[in-house]
Amino acid sequence: MSSHASPVHHSEAPKGWLRHYIFSLDHKIIGTQYILLGLSAVTIGVILSIMMRIHLAWPNAHIWGFSNGVVSPEDYLRVITMHGTLMVFFVLTTVPQSGFGNYFLPLQIGAPDMAFPRINMLSFWFTFVALIVLLSSAFVRGGAPISGWTAYAPLSAIGQIAGPGEGLGQTLWVISIALFCGASLMSAINFLGTTIDLRTKGLSLMRMPLTVWAWFITACVALMAFAVLLAACILLLLDRLAMTSFFIPSGEMVSGVLLKHAGGSPLLWQHLFWFFGHPEVYIAILPGMGIISHVLSTFSRKPVFGYKAMVLSLSVIGFMSFMVWGHHMFVSGMSPYSGLAFSILTLVIGVPSAIKTFNWLGTLWGARIQFTAAMLFAIGFVSVFVTGGLSGIFLAQPALDLYLHDTYYVIGHFHLIMGVAAIFAMFAATYYWFPKMFGRMMSETLGKIHFWMTFVGIYCIFMPMHYLGYAGDPRRYASIESVHYLFRLQPVYVFISIAAFITAAAQLFFYFNFFWSIKHGKPAEQNPWHATTLEWSVPTPVPHDNFAGHYPTVYRGPYEYSVPGVADDFVPQDLAPELVAKAG
Amino acid sequence: MGSRKSCAGSAAPAVMMAIVILALVGSTLYFHIAKTWWFPPAITPVGHRIDHQFLITFIVTGIVFVLAQLTLAWMVFKYRDHGQKVRFVRGSHMLEVVWTSATLVIFVSLGVMAAHAWGEVHFGGPAPGALQVEVTGAQFVWTFRYPGPDHKFGRVIPKDIDASIGNPLGLDPNDPAGKDDIVVPDMYLPVNRTIELMIRSQDVIHSFFVRELRIKQDAVPGLVIPIHFTVTKIGDYEITCNQLCGLGHYHMHAMLHVLSDAGFHQWEQKQEALNAQ
Amino acid sequence: MPHTAATEELVIIEAGGGARPPFRDGGDGGDSSSHSRSGMPQRMYVTGITVAMAGILMFFMAFVSAFIVRKGVGSDWHAFPLPRILWLNTFILLASSATIVRARQFFGRGDREGFRHWWMVTSILGLLFLAGQLIAWRQMVASGFYLATNASSSFFYVLTAAHGLHLLGGILALLYVGRGKLTHLTLATATEVASLYWHFMDGLWIFLFLLLWLGR
Repeated sequence: MSSHASPVHHSEAPKGWLRHYIFSLDHKIIGTQYILLGLSAVTIGVILSIMMRIHLAWPNAHIWGFSNGVVSPEDYLRVITMHGTLMVFFVLTTVPQSGFGNYFLPLQIGAPDMAFPRINMLSFWFTFVALIVLLSSAFVRGGAPISGWTAYAPLSAIGQIAGPGEGLGQTLWVISIALFCGASLMSAINFLGTTIDLRTKGLSLMRMPLTVWAWFITACVALMAFAVLLAACILLLLDRLAMTSFFIPSGEMVSGVLLKHAGGSPLLWQHLFWFFGHPEVYIAILPGMGIISHVLSTFSRKPVFGYKAMVLSLSVIGFMSFMVWGHHMFVSGMSPYSGLAFSILTLVIGVPSAIKTFNWLGTLWGARIQFTAAMLFAIGFVSVFVTGGLSGIFLAQPALDLYLHDTYYVIGHFHLIMGVAAIFAMFAATYYWFPKMFGRMMSETLGKIHFWMTFVGIYCIFMPMHYLGYAGDPRRYASIESVHYLFRLQPVYVFISIAAFITAAAQLFFYFNFFWSIKHGKPAEQNPWHATTLEWSVPTPVPHDNFAGHYPTVYRGPYEYSVPGVADDFVPQDLAPELVAKAG
Repeated sequence: MGSRKSCAGSAAPAVMMAIVILALVGSTLYFHIAKTWWFPPAITPVGHRIDHQFLITFIVTGIVFVLAQLTLAWMVFKYRDHGQKVRFVRGSHMLEVVWTSATLVIFVSLGVMAAHAWGEVHFGGPAPGALQVEVTGAQFVWTFRYPGPDHKFGRVIPKDIDASIGNPLGLDPNDPAGKDDIVVPDMYLPVNRTIELMIRSQDVIHSFFVRELRIKQDAVPGLVIPIHFTVTKIGDYEITCNQLCGLGHYHMHAMLHVLSDAGFHQWEQKQEALNAQ
Repeated sequence: MPHTAATEELVIIEAGGGARPPFRDGGDGGDSSSHSRSGMPQRMYVTGITVAMAGILMFFMAFVSAFIVRKGVGSDWHAFPLPRILWLNTFILLASSATIVRARQFFGRGDREGFRHWWMVTSILGLLFLAGQLIAWRQMVASGFYLATNASSSFFYVLTAAHGLHLLGGILALLYVGRGKLTHLTLATATEVASLYWHFMDGLWIFLFLLLWLGR
């Protein structure tokens, strides 16, 4: 065979600032780009939630940026719509999977990069454009849409006549989400191809870190779920722009205008949306679960308790996530018999989540716990996950959902699970992997202040919302002035708002810590946590092709901590058996 | 090499964790027992059954909540690094089987128990002789319609909807069955009689909710959704819209007046007289 | 020898120099045609296209379930006359699946000319199919069925447009592969990947066609 003289091109970083930092094909840069995009989105999202909380606690308060300073009902609805959309898509779906996953999946499996680097870059830029399109909806005539992140039809489908923001604003929203779908699908293909084919020698499936398992199953779920959302968005766009009637029934009389649509089904939108929407919330939490298992094990100096059960439960959750969407639709007019079926399935999907919680507790049992900032967030995650998960047991029963549906109880539930637990996992991931990403340590002191203020703060914000739900407080109300039974809840609103301001302020410690430590943090050793997985076997900064030609061979599982008979309290995955120092 | 440096003095985070968790558990128990912000009393038999199911769920989840949180706090305290040896274990097959089965049985049992109350609201029709009331949601007002003495609802035609001329539902003037329909902005119901609500919408999705009834149902344009119940307590109750329907969602509000049999009969007659004018 | 002739244009791994990632399929020293220049295993491209096809299938299944629900719910489902040219288009697409198989047979035997010829025929048949779909649209318009006329016709346009766009992507891939200048994939892998996708598009069309014909 003739041989072309061709070097291994991968080992050199591209020259030029544009190719290196902006249009990079390097999964580490792309992962960082995703994390920064998520950080931007969450900043805007938190600012929006502050506006919400100011308005709810002090309805006549003047807030800079609103016309006449006062938050009108449509403004309030625009804020909640953008808040939800930004947070669910551009923070929770992006950072744990495309952010940390992109960065660390290839490293943890011993690969030089993701399988399809150009598709990787393309999916980031699609996400970026999607974000710009979404934000632009706030600046067009009519402003941002008011139909919530769930965009139920016909409110979202009939156009401008439905209300302010329902013209161009809603159309831009749909386009943004459709672009996001494309980005997620491409990303899922990348994750699956990489995990299936690029694992290094010796890394069998049951030796993969739980983070890798979580990213893998999340990618499977994302592949199926976002495909459906994309289809739904296309149909919604056609209803809005091309006078089709997929979701709009006949006889619509809106503000004195009789619409010409005919025969569509608003419930069809809900089915399509929630068929995506429920797997979506698992997409938001599964990577976090993987990260928490990983962090708990590292700082307990013990293997993850029940590794096989953890893999199985991740898989069952991923699979079953497609079978429970109807629990968002118990009171929607869907067949009550379907409701019963969805109810039982929803309760069943609670079981693997409970199993994971037991196994996390099992990991802590008999451990030797080191209270790093990452570990504190991991422990906090377990507490918050228990609380948020248990409130789901109520919502899973349709008879109880009759009362609690679309009240603040639901807001409390999903914020604890998504808005807190998933975020805690991202914080844990940041504190944990920062040394590998930037070669420096974040300040542990600032990290601890950040944790304690946040942990107490979120419980002060979201526990009271459950009580608001018991009192029957409907969600998405711009004001409580019209409903007598809500008046006595005002002090709770004020309490929540003050807690929210303090908690938001606490995040400044994180921002400062993050950006300051990039340049001024204490220089980090290669493996500061004495962890076992492959990302810690490479130097910092990580070489362009990760392993600089010395691809590891994996000899054991990912959580070999405090193994009896071994001198050290951890055995790296790639340490040859003959090199493992025995105790004694 | 060698043992990890002991994080001596690491009791502080463990103690703080215990304090926060105890505060969480304590305050949660307090507000649930004191019922500081709570459900109003139920006024339907199915409402009582739903409350019973709530109680069972509170007890079960409450026990799990307290146990899980306290276990977490205790583990974090007991196993903080104070130089001890790790108790190495990879897992326990038996434990996995036990806690998986237990959780499955508990969760599914709750679901099966709740099914009875759910069925009472939704399975099977109402008793014959039920009073039918049509509930229509529109941006941003509720309208209630009674069939009148002929017990028949008149036809509605969307293009005839015009609240400004007193026809908010678009009653067809050519349909004789509609001439005696009673159309009002608040709902009146007799006590101790089976009610069947027919819930509809003219424009976007709304949701009919009365806390005391323990009933909630979305009003979906293009559908007429029936639900049934019996009210057992006279009084005035608030009706709110519970599905985001646009900028007026927060003030789409009406009143439910539950009257005695005699009182309701009086009200009906008054409405019929008004209609005849 | 046919094998050598075929491998001349394959992208070859350089023998020494930087170590190639020892992926689990056996590591360095393995079959060189199974890895590209960067040492990445070729089969990941097959994995990639398989995964992509699963996602695309799900996308279409969302439309199909919407179709079924909408048909059951609405009162405005009226049959439309299926444009006659669809039968011809279907035949053309089926033929193109046969020609792509033929092209790969020539490739496997090392007959580069035969491969290119039949590969090009496939691409042209694909383009003819798309042209035929456009004609089908015009036939629909001519009989008065537009996108928003009723739900049935809406789905016709949506399904054929979605399939057509995906097929166009396939055609562009065929043309790109036909050029033969590939950087990361070997030609063997590229033809395998492209033909998997092509057959998938064909099968998907048969399914959609049956749905539109029987369900309209």
